[in-house]
Amino acid sequence: MTKALLHVQGVSKRFGGLAALTDVHLQVQQGQIYGLIGPNGAGKTTFFNVITGLYQPDTGRFELNGRPYEPSSVHQVAQAGIARTFQNIRLFADMTVLENVMVGRHVRTHGWSSGVLGAIFRTAGYQKMEAQMVEQAHDWLRYVGIDHTAHQLARTLSYGDQRRLEIARALATEPQLLALDEPAAGMNATEKNGLKELLVRIQSDGRTILLIEHDVKLVMGLCDQVTVLDYGRVIAQGTPLVVQRDPSVIEAYLGTQASHV
Amino acid sequence: MTPQGNRSLTTPGSRQALLATVLIGLALVLLPFAAAEFGNAWVRILAFALLYVMLALGLNIVVGYAGLLDLGYVAFYAVGAYLYALLASPHLAENFEWIAQTFPDGLHSSIWFVIPLSAVVAAGFGVLLGFPVLRLRGDYLAIVTLGFGEIIRIFMNNLNAPANITNGPQGITNIDPISIAGVSLAQPLQIGELSLPSVQLYYYLFLVLTLLVVLVSVRLQSSRVGRAWMAIREDEIAAKAMGINTRNIKLLAFAMGASFGGVSGAMFSAFQGFVSPESFVLMESIVIVAMVVLGGMGNVKGVVLGAVLLYAIPEALRHLAKPIQLQLLGHEYIAPEALRMLLFGLSMVLIMLYRPHGLIPRHHAGGRT
Repeated sequence: MTKALLHVQGVSKRFGGLAALTDVHLQVQQGQIYGLIGPNGAGKTTFFNVITGLYQPDTGRFELNGRPYEPSSVHQVAQAGIARTFQNIRLFADMTVLENVMVGRHVRTHGWSSGVLGAIFRTAGYQKMEAQMVEQAHDWLRYVGIDHTAHQLARTLSYGDQRRLEIARALATEPQLLALDEPAAGMNATEKNGLKELLVRIQSDGRTILLIEHDVKLVMGLCDQVTVLDYGRVIAQGTPLVVQRDPSVIEAYLGTQASHV
Repeated sequence: MTPQGNRSLTTPGSRQALLATVLIGLALVLLPFAAAEFGNAWVRILAFALLYVMLALGLNIVVGYAGLLDLGYVAFYAVGAYLYALLASPHLAENFEWIAQTFPDGLHSSIWFVIPLSAVVAAGFGVLLGFPVLRLRGDYLAIVTLGFGEIIRIFMNNLNAPANITNGPQGITNIDPISIAGVSLAQPLQIGELSLPSVQLYYYLFLVLTLLVVLVSVRLQSSRVGRAWMAIREDEIAAKAMGINTRNIKLLAFAMGASFGGVSGAMFSAFQGFVSPESFVLMESIVIVAMVVLGGMGNVKGVVLGAVLLYAIPEALRHLAKPIQLQLLGHEYIAPEALRMLLFGLSMVLIMLYRPHGLIPRHHAGGRT
């Protein structure tokens, strides 16, 4: 059995009277593509926001790579090794594509030369670090296939390329877990296929992906394990084949006869 | 493959750039000689324009780079000005026995001590302002910073009792002029045949400081810290998700921006020989914001241009409005002060209508990779 990279138990989150998440649990193994699906409003994004520190959970235990972590501040979660993308793309629109990815390197560059003094005096260490960052950023852009856009402003990219840039920026933080919030939303069939290939490649390079997706077909073809949420609760968990046949999943997506009356 | 991204320094363009730099440098050195032909008042205007360039570039770090609207920026100018005023005038020794005893010759601070100190103290005040506003954005941030600017001014106005620290509304007088290596900038400097008036010496000092501030601004802009500032400006949540500690990076922006203002303020008080709270009113903050916005937020060239235009044109008008009106119309119809505000407002409206991103927007001349 492979190692559990992310282990989450008993996560609950209420917004006033609304129980957005109730006792959610899941376990992502190293090297998996793990799908998180569910109808609109099921709590998928809320769950993402909780594990990445954007929302404070009411309860829950979190372990990353065997070590407990407290998702209390967003930047610390990123430091710990979870990088995410957003459902509604959040790029640094008025910065170049290259700069966007270089911001991703921020969290992995440290030391004296990375600060204000290094920049003002252009120390040798600073210059080396900058050159390295540029090179690495280009590498990531090549990896997702948009290096030719490196010097354009991020906002000028096509929709599909913006999604790719967001993934490149997240990868640049060298995450242990890449958390993608509906990366295929709004993509056409060709773009979706391209995305699928990219995700498979990221997986085959040894990274672990946690994927929220609306497109059930995409999830079923791609994921090793799936958790289905509905009304903030886990209603099914397992391989795509098993989950697909689960009556409660079918009910959540299609409703029962009675509920249509 | 990279259309504009060649970063090496040996491109054919770099020789042109070097030539341009030399020419601009020469022009800046010779400018006061030309201005002095029309009287020293014009050199004085140039020197003040440089102080405003420093202020605008400082505010540009906060507003232009990090996207945090600060309407109380003049507070840091005031902090720098009062710091030098207190450390280089008889005021403290006259009011505090123990200071008079500790410094029997009176307080006189060297420029080498005052410039770093004013930067550091102003940066401290920047952090002081930064902490309570970390979670605020946009309008709310503007309101709190505006209040901060007023608080500092009101403190300066009222700290004459119970202990007389700032001398209240009367301000502090008899501030030492700056002297560098024993040469006082208050006296004309004789170099052979050439006699450089005091105001011109100050101009050169301010020029050196301004060039340093420009250099720091440009270098920070394309650095790791600069990118973190801009990431916060563009999308704070995404910046956090990239592992940027937004609290520290914002405080750093407030501190860096404030430090430029502090240095500019110290120079102001040495140049004037006198400071009072009247110099640090809200209108000053607004003018500095206008310089940044009008020139082009986040673009060093634009901000420099904005500061020079918004300071120099009204000043020039002050001197020219009367003679021109007398010449053309035979009578002075509009007072220079009224004309100044009129043109100021008009230029703001026109710029915002036709160049909403400023005279030199971020992504034309200055939008480098």
